[in-house]
Amino acid sequence: MVVDGSTTPDPAGQVGWAGHPERVGFFTDTSICIGCKACEVACKEWNLVPDDILPLSAMSYDNTRQLSANTWRHVEFVEQKRSLGHQEPGVTSPPLPRSTTVDLGMPSFGRPGAQDGAAERGSEFRWLMASDVCKHCTHAACLDVCPTGALFRTEFGTVVVQEDICNGCGYCVPACPYGVIDKREDDGRVWKCTLCYDRLGDGLEPACAKACPTESIQFGPLDELRERAQLRVDQLRDAGVSSARLYGEDPDDGVGGTGAFFLLLDEPEVYGFPPDPKVTTRDLPSMWRHALVAAGAILAGVAASAIGASFGGRFDGR
Amino acid sequence: MANADCIVIEGSNMAECHPVGFGWVMEAKARGATVIHVDPRFTRTSAVSDMHVPIRPGTDIAFLGGLVNYVLSNELDFREYVVAYTNAPTILSEDFRDTEDLDGLFSGFQPESRHYDPASWQYEDADVASAAGERDTGPAAGASRDRSHHERRSLAPDRAGSHGAPVSGQPRLDPTLQHPRCVYQVLKRHFARYTPELVERVCGVPAELFDRVARAVAENSGRDRTTAWIYSVGWTQHTVGVQYIRTAAILQALLGNIGRPGGGILALRGHASIQGSTDIPTLFNILPGYIPMPHAHLHQDLDGFVAADAAEKGYWGEMRAYTVSLLKAWWGGAATADNDYCFDYLPRLTGDHGSYQTVLDQIEGKVKGYFLMGENPAVGSANGRLQRLGMANLDWLVVRDFGLTESATFWQNGPEIESEELRTEDIDTEVFFFPAAAHTEKSGSFTNTQRLLQWHHQAVQPPRDARSDLWFTFHLGRRIRAKLAGSTDEMDRPVLDLTWDYPTRDAIGEPDADAVLAEINGWDAEGNPLSTYTELSDDGSTTCGCWIYCGCRKDGVNQPARRKPGGEQSWVAPDWGWAWPANRRLLYNRASADPDGNPWSERKAYVWWDAEAGKWTGHDVPDFKVDKPPDYQPPEGARAGEAIRGAEPFIMQGDGRAWLFAPAGLSDGPLPTHYEPAESPLPNLLYGQQSNPARQVYEHRDNRYQPSGEEQGAGVFPYVLTTYRVTEHHTAGGMSRTVPYLAELQPEPFCEVAPELAAERGLTHGDWATIVTARSAIEARVLVTERVAPLWVQGRVLHQIGLPYHFGANGLVTGDSANDLLPVVLDPNVHIQESKVITCDIRPGRRPRGPARLRLVEDYQARAGITAETGTAAATVPVPDQPQDEGSS
Repeated sequence: MVVDGSTTPDPAGQVGWAGHPERVGFFTDTSICIGCKACEVACKEWNLVPDDILPLSAMSYDNTRQLSANTWRHVEFVEQKRSLGHQEPGVTSPPLPRSTTVDLGMPSFGRPGAQDGAAERGSEFRWLMASDVCKHCTHAACLDVCPTGALFRTEFGTVVVQEDICNGCGYCVPACPYGVIDKREDDGRVWKCTLCYDRLGDGLEPACAKACPTESIQFGPLDELRERAQLRVDQLRDAGVSSARLYGEDPDDGVGGTGAFFLLLDEPEVYGFPPDPKVTTRDLPSMWRHALVAAGAILAGVAASAIGASFGGRFDGR
Repeated sequence: MANADCIVIEGSNMAECHPVGFGWVMEAKARGATVIHVDPRFTRTSAVSDMHVPIRPGTDIAFLGGLVNYVLSNELDFREYVVAYTNAPTILSEDFRDTEDLDGLFSGFQPESRHYDPASWQYEDADVASAAGERDTGPAAGASRDRSHHERRSLAPDRAGSHGAPVSGQPRLDPTLQHPRCVYQVLKRHFARYTPELVERVCGVPAELFDRVARAVAENSGRDRTTAWIYSVGWTQHTVGVQYIRTAAILQALLGNIGRPGGGILALRGHASIQGSTDIPTLFNILPGYIPMPHAHLHQDLDGFVAADAAEKGYWGEMRAYTVSLLKAWWGGAATADNDYCFDYLPRLTGDHGSYQTVLDQIEGKVKGYFLMGENPAVGSANGRLQRLGMANLDWLVVRDFGLTESATFWQNGPEIESEELRTEDIDTEVFFFPAAAHTEKSGSFTNTQRLLQWHHQAVQPPRDARSDLWFTFHLGRRIRAKLAGSTDEMDRPVLDLTWDYPTRDAIGEPDADAVLAEINGWDAEGNPLSTYTELSDDGSTTCGCWIYCGCRKDGVNQPARRKPGGEQSWVAPDWGWAWPANRRLLYNRASADPDGNPWSERKAYVWWDAEAGKWTGHDVPDFKVDKPPDYQPPEGARAGEAIRGAEPFIMQGDGRAWLFAPAGLSDGPLPTHYEPAESPLPNLLYGQQSNPARQVYEHRDNRYQPSGEEQGAGVFPYVLTTYRVTEHHTAGGMSRTVPYLAELQPEPFCEVAPELAAERGLTHGDWATIVTARSAIEARVLVTERVAPLWVQGRVLHQIGLPYHFGANGLVTGDSANDLLPVVLDPNVHIQESKVITCDIRPGRRPRGPARLRLVEDYQARAGITAETGTAAATVPVPDQPQDEGSS
């Protein structure tokens, strides 16, 4: 299937799965996320992921903080003094006595919820919510660097860690451009979202998609999802939400597009996503080529000086 | 809801508290609906709404009244619907006086009893009984309710004792809506001062924003479009809670949205199956199917009970049949015509038996034992300290729950132990804990907020000693009956004569829940399952445990267990579960068609008259007698269902019409009126009457109220506090703070404050704060956020503090309980506490430990000059002389 002229990549086929099922993944439409965290809970229940009771983070309603070995779905909450399409936020107050400072409408920095005494209560506010997950990249750096083969590409096009093979070397952890895969301290091995591989085999959808009450998390064949997502972005832009965009959907991006992609309502950085992720092994071939050329140049230089030395010896005056 | 063109969510944070149901709001939005969220805070619901309207907690009647005024002043009401289907044309008694006449009171207020005599609210020339609310209103010590006006005015010697209820007369109507005493004109005068400017001053809603809401709602109502209103405990948990809902009902009736697809008012109940727990009630004042619990009248028999409450017209006219069938279900063969079907076995009310009065009686030592079944008042009820002091004065306490709740351990680790007010060794209460089975470990039904019964099947056996409530109640009853067997004492007959014969199955003796459902559905004299409540008879030939559930086991099939997938049936999905009554999914759906029986529009067609077939048809079970034509006029002397005309959709009402003005049934007024909450930093801008004169107050040294408005000392508690749920936790926390995957999502209690308030009080984001009221002081972490806005009301800035109420001493995540801050002050109609708005102070830092916490509270009480009288006044304006009661004893 072709969307916007681009074919959905087929990483399962590329690693040698013959006759494999369609590539599946997630389309997470964050514009309808209500931040309920059913996805976090469903994932942990199905996969028996350990709990991590941390102190209150004070980061809005996000006490999970980040994706990790013990968090495979993470809901983010971003409070911003910006508008969202035609939404009327209301919390912009009626005529309070105004100070002399003026809100220039610049995005505010600092942690969400941090006190900003000097800033004026402006006329704009929005609360963005998004459920983050492993991207199941087309070109997956974690997979590329794994020395044991614990990480592998499944027939569904997803990336899964086999916990009985992982030796805890940790190479995959810095390789991931999104900071997803992580090591469990008490266990030594790495863990991440499996896209519920054990459910896919039985024809079931992943636990998070099943639990999501607003269908913000949509599961299905990736090319269908890509089509649906494009229609949804167009619909939102027509409704005045000009900041709506897709993230991870484009097969020409630095990871070849992702199996789990998103509809975002702002720049990726606002959600803590890298704006231009690259699979860290992407430049390896050209690096080797450069190295080869450099090596060749060194060899040529050494050979030249060796030959020159031998010639030079013969023209010595004696 | 998916069919709505506009949805207003008010008094509800639906996305956070009903996330699964909220999927339908998102569906409506995807189809183009406008979603408006009216709430003091910008919540997860607001984040996906088109418009958020910040509102001062406790002022929704002013806001909704403003919308009513907008509709009436601009003549935007759906006129044909209003004239035909509401009581707008009905003419009222000339004795009626409105709040506009009496500075905030209605005619009939009696200051000593804090009650209204509703005689002056009645229709001219007619008496109508109410279909809901305050009904059986006989004399009762302590409850201070007068004999119902209905009995007084129409009980004459030649009618007393006659079969059935007295004739009530025909209300006089003016279809032109011009008569000065017709409901429509009275309504206009009543809400005339609820202008957009007033809404801005009282509610803090900018006039421009109010105007946008009003236009959105008005433009999405009428023949072709419908607007839905959704509310939850943000409306009910107020001293004027019932009147909030009444204002919405008036608005929706004026706009013609009731009984129409995508219209109506959806009440979101607070727990799974709590709808079921009022349908087949665990409440002191109602019997199954909302039949009132009888009072201890002298000489009252079944006929007298029915006469006081059954309407002449409408399906409540069959109350005798519903009551007799219920009595047959409970006492079977022992209930015969000779003994009034064991009507005397029913317990009688002698006063206020509500939960809060019971707690005060516990403190006085009048109550020996207490069963807490899936309820944790130490955290979940208003004034936690009062609850725990009550428990400390019992002889015995039984707690049935999944684990040791704070109510089960109040004697060990309650706040009163820490403050040294109570010592564990001095508490004589014997506490029994019985572990409860979870819903997957037993079979039964849920009745959820849309009146839908859904069966759940047992998946696993309960572990070890855990048992279901059905097992516990059945076997407790069985054992009590065994102990009483052979007794000759009259008092024991009600227990011994019960039909207590549910079959048990399996090794632990779990009663068969399906058999209970069968009894609820009922049987005819031959033992065949009944199909619908119109088959119920008052001659003892039918049995039915709950008339509104009659039909749930139609044809002997467990209807609630049906699970036909949505894709295989119509969008109404009648074959999934079973809705009461009679599997109707939309109530009063006759109103979706005009008086001639044709849909108001094709787009909003739902149920209509098929003249050829001679019956009502459409997408749903018609909420109307299926073969009654639209032009049907009742013959002389017709009663109950037969007296409903072919163009009267509101079949439960005594006059077949939606009540814009409620002549009966409510304790605090036939019309909603803005009153300030019981504790408010502001005076009532509209009237001298500050707050609801009929609200229930409980004067007690452990339940002190704070001064309000311009009273001396009100400034000691300058901020407004509102309590609420967050998605991650469930009510008192027993089912979420004990579960690791939920506990980690919100691990500590927090309060939400605006940056301006944080600056004013020196609060630091992420650090601690102490919140103080006249009841207690608690601590919480501080979240400084823009989502809680200061409001500009009545010329000043008012700060709000938001506080989730989930925390307590037990579980994986713990903290102070928010409800310890609240006083007990109740709505007089349904006895619900005002937990959505109080006043308080907030200060940085953690609270004092031990007895020092009490000293802090006492210091605040002293500074505010709080006495036993503070906040208890009923009328704060002069009460006009009462008309003399003719005919009273």
